[in-house]
Amino acid sequence: MKPVLEIQNISKKFRIHHENQPYLSLRDSLASVFKRGTSSTEDFFALSDVSFNVNSGESIGIIGKNGAGKSTLLKILSKITPPTSGKIISRGRIASLLEVGTGFHAELSGRENIFLNGSILGMKRSEIQRNFDAIIDFAGVEKFLDTPLKHYSSGMQLRLAFAVAAFLENEILIIDEVLAVGDAEFQKKCMGKMEDVSRNEGRTVLFVSHNMKAVQQLCKRIVWIHNGKVHSDGLSRDISDNYLKTTSVNTSYNEIKALIDNLPSDPDFKLENICITQNKVEGSQLYNGESFQIEIHYRVLKQCLGLRVYFDLCDNDENILIRSFNDENLEEIPVVMPGNYVSTATIPSNLLAAVSYELRIHAGIYNVKMCTPELGIRIPIDINSSNKINIAYSGDTIRSKISPFINWKNLFITT
Amino acid sequence: MEYEIKPKEKFSLGLRELWQYKELFYFFTWRDVKVKYKQTALGFAWVILQPFFMMVIFSLFFGKALNIPSENIPYPLFVFSGLILWNVFSVGVTVAGNGMISNANIIKKIYFPRLIIPISSVLVSLFDFLIAFMIFIGMLIYYQVSFSILKFLVYVPLGLIITSISTFGMGTLLAALNIKYRDFRYVIPFLIQALLFVTPVIYPVSILTNQWIRYIVALNPMYSAITLFRLGIVDSPVQLNLVLISLLSSVLCFIIGLYYFRKTENYFADLA
Repeated sequence: MKPVLEIQNISKKFRIHHENQPYLSLRDSLASVFKRGTSSTEDFFALSDVSFNVNSGESIGIIGKNGAGKSTLLKILSKITPPTSGKIISRGRIASLLEVGTGFHAELSGRENIFLNGSILGMKRSEIQRNFDAIIDFAGVEKFLDTPLKHYSSGMQLRLAFAVAAFLENEILIIDEVLAVGDAEFQKKCMGKMEDVSRNEGRTVLFVSHNMKAVQQLCKRIVWIHNGKVHSDGLSRDISDNYLKTTSVNTSYNEIKALIDNLPSDPDFKLENICITQNKVEGSQLYNGESFQIEIHYRVLKQCLGLRVYFDLCDNDENILIRSFNDENLEEIPVVMPGNYVSTATIPSNLLAAVSYELRIHAGIYNVKMCTPELGIRIPIDINSSNKINIAYSGDTIRSKISPFINWKNLFITT
Repeated sequence: MEYEIKPKEKFSLGLRELWQYKELFYFFTWRDVKVKYKQTALGFAWVILQPFFMMVIFSLFFGKALNIPSENIPYPLFVFSGLILWNVFSVGVTVAGNGMISNANIIKKIYFPRLIIPISSVLVSLFDFLIAFMIFIGMLIYYQVSFSILKFLVYVPLGLIITSISTFGMGTLLAALNIKYRDFRYVIPFLIQALLFVTPVIYPVSILTNQWIRYIVALNPMYSAITLFRLGIVDSPVQLNLVLISLLSSVLCFIIGLYYFRKTENYFADLA
């Protein structure tokens, strides 16, 4: 059987204008007629010579750093923008979900939006009608069907949007990080639906995500795009291991720094930096056989009573496993003087399981206010196994969310 | 089903694809009509009130105060017959011209034939026309105008078709230009305002004594639309060469608009 998608030598060139203009203006176009040769443009290849085939029923993960060209590839596949050269042969209808809820209109009711969004996504009216009950059931918005969308919570809007998309009947689905949003329960439901689509309904899925866990769960094969080229293409497990190794921790660190710099300013408190270090190496790839440090650098701008920083260690279902405050050893509420501080928490060795966690850094003034966003500064951390727990039973899956080293004594009493 | 995605080579109208997406016309039109009046207290009444008040104001100032002649029909009827077509044009061109930018979020995320957006803008303004047309019929009865049914059935649809063609042509051209050069956001309202003065909405062309000015007025595609539309209710002498010039300009507008739009639409998503 012929592959359902043949991507052949696709390149996409963008022209960069060096004057930092968001768009062309007529004046400049007119002016450039008179001064030829002074234009300061540069060609940039977002994709160069990308080729791979996709077989029918396959689900493929497309991974790569921000700016690697993944989104451009998806845009070309979904015909939003044409390639500069090369071609794609498609043997099925492609539906693309580059965003959930494209074309939703706040003034229209839930019912109306289902029809509008469905038809923008390319569904026939009869298809929408046929799946209508299933869509509202999946989204769980029966009661609000005739309420304008603007009165929906953002979670409800998202559920509705995903529900419409989930019932697309196209042979090829292109999905871009739609799962990055929503609460844990709904994310699980979405993942379930997507697995269902690719495994049981035999449809072809191209899935782009930064969430390696989700990619691994959904896809047997991964195409890794790096600097506009196919870096490697192969079994999910092999590629994702390599990918995780090379995507240096620095990227996530830069993101943390940028996130902190963009926080809204607070009159009392300024978060300066957060570092996670293990054996003096910074990063979010950690091992559970050794302790690691969480350093919080901050500046107190005014004298405060009960200002404290703390962290939550959460599992992937958003349960808080550990919450610990920087002043929890004190007996009285302290007065914190203005100045620069570094608070360091040490997470002991042999405490965490070899899974992914999320660290949430918070700061607040007791009984007054929080100085950080509601969910804190969220830093994903991956714990890798290096301790010696259960080493004899290596195939056994970890069932506990933390796995501290517990001291056992086994006494042989009698026969 | 097998198809290819590749760099665009030759020009095509893409009519077959347009037909495949026919339901989207309905949804876009329906959305715009619905959203337009959903939050207003008077709702759909605005479709009637707006041209009605325009007519009243024009009749008072131009008809009564300035005594502008009106070709053997009462001035209010004269001005209204021009206004309902003019509204289709001005609203249609404005909405279509800004359509690519106001729908940029959809254009950047989903593919569909981009022509759907300007076409449905024209459809929305035609919807407004239908409602305003009822008042027009009411006025014909009120003023007891006698006219030949046959002529009415020929010239009224003809005027409407020319209006639609011109609106579409001008709208698509401006939409494509607007996404590339945002300057057109400021050009559109100015253009519409300027065109109103060279369109025989508030005055008949017969008051223009200078033949050259008449030719300039005839370059306006809406000149033939309104002149022919009025022929449906009143017999008045028509300068055939002027009407033909205007018809030609309307068809040119349509061809240039459609061609330029189709030629550039592939890159809308990159520019939006």
